[in-house]
Amino acid sequence: MQDTWTLGGRTFTSRFILGSGKYSLKLIEAAVRDAGAEMITLAVRRTNTKESENILDYIPQNVTLLPNTSGARTAEEAIRIARLARELGCGDFVKVEIIRDSKYLLPDNAETVKATSMLADEGFVVLPYMYPDLYAARDLVKAGAAAVMPLASPIGSNRGLAAKDFLQILLDEIELPIIVDAGIGRPSQACEAMEMGASAVMVNTALATAGDLPLMANAFRQAVEAGRNAYRSGLGRVLTRGASASDPLTGFLRD
Amino acid sequence: MEENRFFVDADTLSPEALARKHKLENDPTCRTDPTQYLPGMEVLQSDIRERVLSQVASYDPARYTASDVRAALERRTCTVEDLKALLSPAAEPFLEKLACRAKAETEKHFGNTVYLFTPLYLSNYCENYCVYCGFNCYNRIRRGKLTAEQTEHEMQVIASSGMEEILLLTGESRSQSDLTYIGDACRLARKYFRTVGLEVYPVNTDEYRYLHECGADFVTVFQETYDLCAYEKLHLLGHKRVFPYRFDAQERALRGGMRGVAFSALLGLADFRKDALATALHAYYLQRKYPQAEISLSCPRLRPILNNETIRPMDVGEKQLCQILCAYRLFLPFAGITVSSRESARFRDGIVRIAATKVSAGVSTGIGDHESKYAGESAEDRTGDEQFEIDDARSLNRMYRDLSDGGLQPVLNDSLYV
Repeated sequence: MQDTWTLGGRTFTSRFILGSGKYSLKLIEAAVRDAGAEMITLAVRRTNTKESENILDYIPQNVTLLPNTSGARTAEEAIRIARLARELGCGDFVKVEIIRDSKYLLPDNAETVKATSMLADEGFVVLPYMYPDLYAARDLVKAGAAAVMPLASPIGSNRGLAAKDFLQILLDEIELPIIVDAGIGRPSQACEAMEMGASAVMVNTALATAGDLPLMANAFRQAVEAGRNAYRSGLGRVLTRGASASDPLTGFLRD
Repeated sequence: MEENRFFVDADTLSPEALARKHKLENDPTCRTDPTQYLPGMEVLQSDIRERVLSQVASYDPARYTASDVRAALERRTCTVEDLKALLSPAAEPFLEKLACRAKAETEKHFGNTVYLFTPLYLSNYCENYCVYCGFNCYNRIRRGKLTAEQTEHEMQVIASSGMEEILLLTGESRSQSDLTYIGDACRLARKYFRTVGLEVYPVNTDEYRYLHECGADFVTVFQETYDLCAYEKLHLLGHKRVFPYRFDAQERALRGGMRGVAFSALLGLADFRKDALATALHAYYLQRKYPQAEISLSCPRLRPILNNETIRPMDVGEKQLCQILCAYRLFLPFAGITVSSRESARFRDGIVRIAATKVSAGVSTGIGDHESKYAGESAEDRTGDEQFEIDDARSLNRMYRDLSDGGLQPVLNDSLYV
């Protein structure tokens, strides 16, 4: 049986999502062809209104666009950007990204919950980018999010799954797809997130800055698939949740 | 520092004007107190100036050693003390290492993107006497300001080149370029550009709010020098002479709703190491107080101006400039760094690989001569003379191509007005 997942009524087979930040035609080509991406993030603030170099033209028709609200500092600004994205023809998916700190670029969970609630009410498929906090994640579920997107480590830090323990809590407790976003610097880290049970990973810088884009894109595809298969096989759980002792602790029990 | 190296007398000044000019230049007692606000100037209760100036006052660049520099280069987070070491002469032998660290930080935060913008000078009328500036009120230049029709025409010419971000500039004259004039230009600019920045005389918070509502989102104010003693001798007349009002401009702009602010000293006016420290700390403390603020730094050096042969742009060498920019990058890894067309194409091509994140292209610092420049004709019909002479005269297309060929990704817009 094919291993698929669903978001906003759409079914995806790929679990590699291209993030925004760095864009080029070559990057998008590599992400779609070699990493198998079926969803690509688009920074509305980066889209060109002019004819030349319009990112929208680079993205193949069968790929789902995920416009983000980067540049928003409040829920209200995120809502305005999401509506603008819809007007630009980017569809109903939106990644809510609200940042009130120019130094660390950490998402503001409280504003994100507010924006998620309002955008979900307007019929958007809302994917909120968040700091991995259990209470905020539960609030996002209640607010109508289609998935939650916790960060793995500070954006641009390439520190991998620095928030691993907290991601695991979300994976254990939240019954929505979890897309690990920000901080994945190499395929092995993407693999690890998938092994833990993430539904998908979002990557940009790690791919954009690679020497050989197609090769690195292919490496990410393989890593994501390997991690996913390990998770499905149950191997990850056995390894991380303790192996069985040779002399069972419960051997003394009688029927 | 021989402050009188800038003095030039225009032969068209009346004897009275000339006498007043000489008195200002030579008799400090006839000059106003640069720390006293003029009527109408808003006074902020802010501790940032005190924090910056006290750090600068105790900074002795000669005290730092190679081992301080090594320690600074090793540390993951660059402290204020590390910054002082990195700006000191002791760091000069470590320039290549400093550049490697800076490059890594720039790539972490900005990838390989480089933002492009162009300035548009609206007016060169000025009521200040800043002795090193081509627009100063005693300099004999052709004065001019664009009418609304001319402004729109210039914007159309610039926009048709593909540019999406514009920086609007005026000389500092509230009578010739009043707030409404600037606001109207912002409204026009919003029709043609995604991002509108301002580099005009400092104004009060409510006035910044008005300009923001007109469409401006970024404000640049150069302090020129943070050395009050030098400042007093260089800014002899006008609103700009009021040091603290200028210092607090960025904070007022943020309170007025602007998304981002930019800082700079004009390197070469005073001790450039101290001025670089002050600039970085000014940005640092303000960002800590207003964490959402987008901050950026510029790093102009003195350029030759019309009618003045005594300005030596090489007082701060390219190596020192590179050192300063690398130190900025390590101390403020997230900050934008703009390198203007005052610098050569060679320097700009090199520094965007290390620390800079934004460059101008298709630049004219004159008034109303974009069409002639863009069409490659002579600028005989321009309305007013230039503020300073530029070095890197590349057009947007040429800059775009050169950056792309160099493996960088030119970005025309990365901001939304919301």
